[in-house]
Amino acid sequence: MAMISDPQKLEKVRESILKDREKDSGKTQVTVCGGTGCRGAGAEEVVGTFREELGKLDGKAEVKFKETCCHGFCEQGPIVIIDPENIFYKNVTPKDVPEIIKETILGGKVVDKLLYTDPSTKKKVVHEKEIPFYQKQNRLIFGNNRFIDPTSIEDYLALEGYKALVKALTEMTPEEVIEEVRKANLRGRGGGGFSAGVKWESCRKAEGEPKYVICNADEGDPGAYMDRSLLEGNPHSILEGMTIGAYAIGSHEGYIYVRNEYPLAVKNVTIAIQQAEESGFLGDNILGSGFDFNVRVSRGGGAFVCGESSALMTSLEGRVGRPRAKYIHTVEKGLWGKPSNLNNVETWANVVLIIKKGANWYKKIGTEGSKGTKIFSLVGKINNTGLIEVPMGMTLREIIYDIGGGIPNGKKFKAVQTGGPSGGCLPESKLDLPVDFDELTKSGSMMGSGGMIVMDEDTCMVDLARYFLNFLVEESCGKCVPCREGVWRMLQIVTDICEGRGKEEDIELLEDLSDSIRDTALCALGSTAPNPVLTTLKYFRDEYIAHIKDKKCPGGVCTALIEYSIDEEKCTGCGVCLKACPSEAISGEKKELHSIDKKKCIKCGMCRDVCKFDAVIIT
Amino acid sequence: MELTINSKRVSAEPGMTIYQAAKKANIYIPALCYHEALSSMGSCRLCIVELTKGNRTKIVTSCNYPVEEGIKVVTDSERVLKNRRMIVELLLARCPEVKIIQDLAQELGVKKTRFRIDEYKENCILCGLCVRVCEEVVGVGAISFLGRGKDEKVDTPFHRASDVCIGCGACVTICPTGCIKMEDIDGNRKIDRWQASLPLQRCKICGKPVATRKHLEQIKERFALPPEILELCPDCKRNYYKKQVVAQGHL
Repeated sequence: MAMISDPQKLEKVRESILKDREKDSGKTQVTVCGGTGCRGAGAEEVVGTFREELGKLDGKAEVKFKETCCHGFCEQGPIVIIDPENIFYKNVTPKDVPEIIKETILGGKVVDKLLYTDPSTKKKVVHEKEIPFYQKQNRLIFGNNRFIDPTSIEDYLALEGYKALVKALTEMTPEEVIEEVRKANLRGRGGGGFSAGVKWESCRKAEGEPKYVICNADEGDPGAYMDRSLLEGNPHSILEGMTIGAYAIGSHEGYIYVRNEYPLAVKNVTIAIQQAEESGFLGDNILGSGFDFNVRVSRGGGAFVCGESSALMTSLEGRVGRPRAKYIHTVEKGLWGKPSNLNNVETWANVVLIIKKGANWYKKIGTEGSKGTKIFSLVGKINNTGLIEVPMGMTLREIIYDIGGGIPNGKKFKAVQTGGPSGGCLPESKLDLPVDFDELTKSGSMMGSGGMIVMDEDTCMVDLARYFLNFLVEESCGKCVPCREGVWRMLQIVTDICEGRGKEEDIELLEDLSDSIRDTALCALGSTAPNPVLTTLKYFRDEYIAHIKDKKCPGGVCTALIEYSIDEEKCTGCGVCLKACPSEAISGEKKELHSIDKKKCIKCGMCRDVCKFDAVIIT
Repeated sequence: MELTINSKRVSAEPGMTIYQAAKKANIYIPALCYHEALSSMGSCRLCIVELTKGNRTKIVTSCNYPVEEGIKVVTDSERVLKNRRMIVELLLARCPEVKIIQDLAQELGVKKTRFRIDEYKENCILCGLCVRVCEEVVGVGAISFLGRGKDEKVDTPFHRASDVCIGCGACVTICPTGCIKMEDIDGNRKIDRWQASLPLQRCKICGKPVATRKHLEQIKERFALPPEILELCPDCKRNYYKKQVVAQGHL
């Protein structure tokens, strides 16, 4: 695209893009989600096949084709949507493509087998907009992913792209921008929940030049991928947010720190930066305003600790990513010792919305203390795995049951882990908790970056705490004693409990150690590391006691504490478990009761998985 | 400016840390990773104190917290001591045989550690003094932290003899646990921990080892000293200067 030198020219360009699209509005539009989740399920092949097959149509139908990034409903990928009818096809394979073209595009009929079935009503749903997963969401930030080819700046401009930037540059002073963000009470979406407006103001007032604006895309929580999806799917919105922030703060240099394990995000944001530079949205004298701002991408090695601001900045400087004490804040002395303002990907995306629609509009969404929406990655034992965006204050129950579709296979809900490894587990009694920054913290958990892992009755909460501790031990940088030695000792104790070596005094020691780590660890990775243990101890203490005193695992997970046996009344002698057992521990004649030799059993659970009669029991 | 430490009014210069202000006022705070000649790393967490500012009280490390007007600091509250004891318990489980840790345990009333002592390998407590002295004072940076988390250690890159180590022995001198050993044998200085073996310069007069040749080269580059004295041991150097002073008729 040619250089756009002023806001009037931008509006002319936008008009001409919209006019062109108006002409095409009646044409069939095929949209395929090519986000990382759908790619994992084979979306690239689907895209390739579509391009090839559509090319063979020879004018039989005029079809427009678009590959976007993540729509959020990853469970059903690869996703194909046919507009203007809004037909939603799920789990599409390359083999289905000719059929979609023949039946739907040319024949105007719906391919029944590719439709989504609502797990609660068991009914097939034809249209995307009727899918319950989407209906209860409020996709203000994430919704545009569905309409944008991330490599097309025209797509972004067609959806009012860079309008907020024009407004900030031409109608507002930097102070007014900060005031607007502050009035909107935008809180950092990376986990801390600190007021973005206050942070910006401190950075603007801090002494020292140059000032840096940084986007934290080092998302490292297991199971969380909302930042990746935003950066992959709508990179210009992040650049626009950062540029507005830079204008407000008085910065002319920005960095996007993104982990190298996010290749598609790196690729798409790099393309977007180039396009923005060529079109005049980045660089010198942006849109003729006299304001200069440049953004560079810095790729990280994927260390969880580099999501912590001071460690991120150290890594950005080219040194080993280890945190430092922040008694002098990074807004005063950050990157290369200069004032630096770091915000998370989702926070930057929110900035655009606030400036475009105003703080008064924004404030209407959410709760008293937490405004706007939040994107969560809903994963684990849940029917509708994916990314969701909901207004702050929606209850866990609505999220898990109305949007998530509940727990699969008729199992019972047990707990939900929010906030990733630094967060905590909340039990059924907390399902009506309105989800916002303060309520989650009050309950002992936290918002974090928005990971939400749902667990069913087959989960052992002690084993779960062990899983997160193990993650944190692996990711601890090792700089301070409480985190390096303390969290590792917590893992050692919890492992002992899981493996039947737990002692009664272990719980007290875990609590003492947790208190000290919270008080004394150098950074937030360490000080929040005890959370999974503390919340499981708070809400599921009886499970710890069962492991320690009775040497039993109520969840039936810890292999040292469980035994497999066969229910005499339920076993039909079908022999399926016998064939599946890898250690030849099961014996029994056909149509007779089978039995498990406990000496040979390796407790892998294969027999239980394959038994259709629920005859394999864990004790 | 003025602050309060343990109910005592203490004056301090801006830019000082709480630790420095306390030291100036003869108030003891234990620390393992702090050294006045080096930057603060804040990793051992033993120097924690309870800080009250306005109506908020929190735990901070005194070695890197800059003094502020009117803050109230308590160096030995029950909360501080409880946390220090836990840190010592953790270190004691890591290095049960290190004297400085045993002494700290005694000082804080820690009789034994509740953690398992099963992975006892060596006496390094990862205080990082050696790393910082090598980088900040010697100006070399031959060693650094490698690995992370519980597998973190201090070593040369790739556990090979460093090209830049000058064998000055500053790391050996500063190590609080004595886990870096140095030996001068057969005309070479050996620091086995870093695979270092560097030829020594013998004194031109008495033949005793002076320092490694590489160390002397660095001194020559850095300071404008008369080249002849670099090849003398401390005793002979003293004699050399004595003779000069006498010759000049000052004595």
